[in-house]
Amino acid sequence: MPKRPALKVSELDAHYKDFQALWNISFEVNKREMVSIIGANGSGKSTLLNSIAGLLVPSRGTIEFFGERIDGLLPHETVPRGITLVPEGRRVFPRLSVYENLVMGSYTPKMRAKKDEMLAKIYELFPLLKARRRQMANTLSGGEQQMLAIGRAMMSEPQLILCDEISLGLAPVVIKDIYKRLRQINQDGITIVLVEQDIKRSLKVANRAYIMLEGKVVLEGEPSSLTEEQVKKAYFGIRPA
Amino acid sequence: MQDLLQPILNGILLGGLYAVIALGMNTMFGIVKLVNLAHGDLMILSSYLSLVFIAWLGLNPFWSLLAVAPVMFVVGFLIQGFLLNRVLGKEMEPPLLVAFGLSIILQNSLLLVFTPDARSLMTDLSVKTIPLGSSLNLPVLYFVDFLLGCAVILALHLFFKRTYLGRAIRASSDDEVGARLMGINTRNIYAYAMGIAMMTAAVAGVLVGMTFTFYPHTGPQYLIIAFGVMIIGGLGSMAGCLVGGIILAEAQLLGAHFTGPGYQLLCGYLVLLIVLGLRPQGIFGKA
Repeated sequence: MPKRPALKVSELDAHYKDFQALWNISFEVNKREMVSIIGANGSGKSTLLNSIAGLLVPSRGTIEFFGERIDGLLPHETVPRGITLVPEGRRVFPRLSVYENLVMGSYTPKMRAKKDEMLAKIYELFPLLKARRRQMANTLSGGEQQMLAIGRAMMSEPQLILCDEISLGLAPVVIKDIYKRLRQINQDGITIVLVEQDIKRSLKVANRAYIMLEGKVVLEGEPSSLTEEQVKKAYFGIRPA
Repeated sequence: MQDLLQPILNGILLGGLYAVIALGMNTMFGIVKLVNLAHGDLMILSSYLSLVFIAWLGLNPFWSLLAVAPVMFVVGFLIQGFLLNRVLGKEMEPPLLVAFGLSIILQNSLLLVFTPDARSLMTDLSVKTIPLGSSLNLPVLYFVDFLLGCAVILALHLFFKRTYLGRAIRASSDDEVGARLMGINTRNIYAYAMGIAMMTAAVAGVLVGMTFTFYPHTGPQYLIIAFGVMIIGGLGSMAGCLVGGIILAEAQLLGAHFTGPGYQLLCGYLVLLIVLGLRPQGIFGKA
């Protein structure tokens, strides 16, 4: 039986009004993989994740999730199918408690019955969230908020987690800790797509990497097969002379 | 001293009614930052709806709530979904104008249908009192107003704290994109919030209708009370509603006691000004 990818994006274009942000993007993610998408500011990484999650409707191309077309679906349709996005800037609900933030992660009707089961899992993964469950989310530090954002996304029992710039603005020791949990989540069988500006770190953890520039995929491969020179050139858009 | 007890007691009880008058408006302000200038008129609409159900089905005013509250939920849902959602955005003015227009339309429609005659919802509670001592009486209707007011505040509090829909409404007001990513369909979420707010207005309308007489043009009078309660108690705070309601009512009744009924309203607003001067964000408001 041929291996069917978990996520398959084919020839995707996306626009913000007249501005084209994605140009003919194609990429695949296999089940249980951790894939990095690397690129500078404005290279279209977040746009790509938003299109998959359903915050943005692509203007051309298809997105398949385990063989099912999901392009054009809205988040309240992609979340029940097992896709969740940990957004850039975390977007936790500041005036809700940590517990309530997590509960919102199990908002879809199917997940409500499993709320307590998932909650126990997440408290095990992030014991700190359990200790702070009664606190308002806006009293948490940046790193704690990032853990909350990941935990909240996990509450929908996703098969695919899209992480957008989860290390942005955090101290190195905190980033290290968060990446450790992320690997743990990945080892539990959840597919992860990671968007980062931090080249080194994301190449270290990923099975495969795509490098984006100005809305296009310019380089792809396994981290071990990519030389630093190649990656830098692709990242900064330095064309061979 | 002895003769002060009665106005103090009445003030506390009336405060509960004032609280439920302001509750729906304060909720919508807290969630959507919407100043619903039609709140008073929508409340009076509930009073008239109750009147209709009482006349039509021969219900007593309390039972009419079972019909009025769902109708007002639908009214609120439609107003938010089809009118106010379209003008919600960064600026305060467009929703303000839409609500103001709605207020005028409601008043004149009520005038057209129900004529300018004074109405009230008849109940035998209005004349009953329970003696609490030689010079102190508990007016039963005011007491019922107070109890129901507190019950509605508690119910709304639990709704927002404990239910998925209530939490989703709060989450959407905190971060709409974040809420969408949880699988919340945020398009109608504010319409649900307005529907719930209008259910509290339905309770307020029926209680006001039983306690006082009302006319098609009575709405703005209660809108001003709601504003007073919100400002004293703190914008967006439910506990503030009850405390603000009691303070405003006490100011009016004690003011009337000392200076005569003619100055009742003035005393209420003087206290409002004092609170604004000392604590502009309101007692329970966050700075």
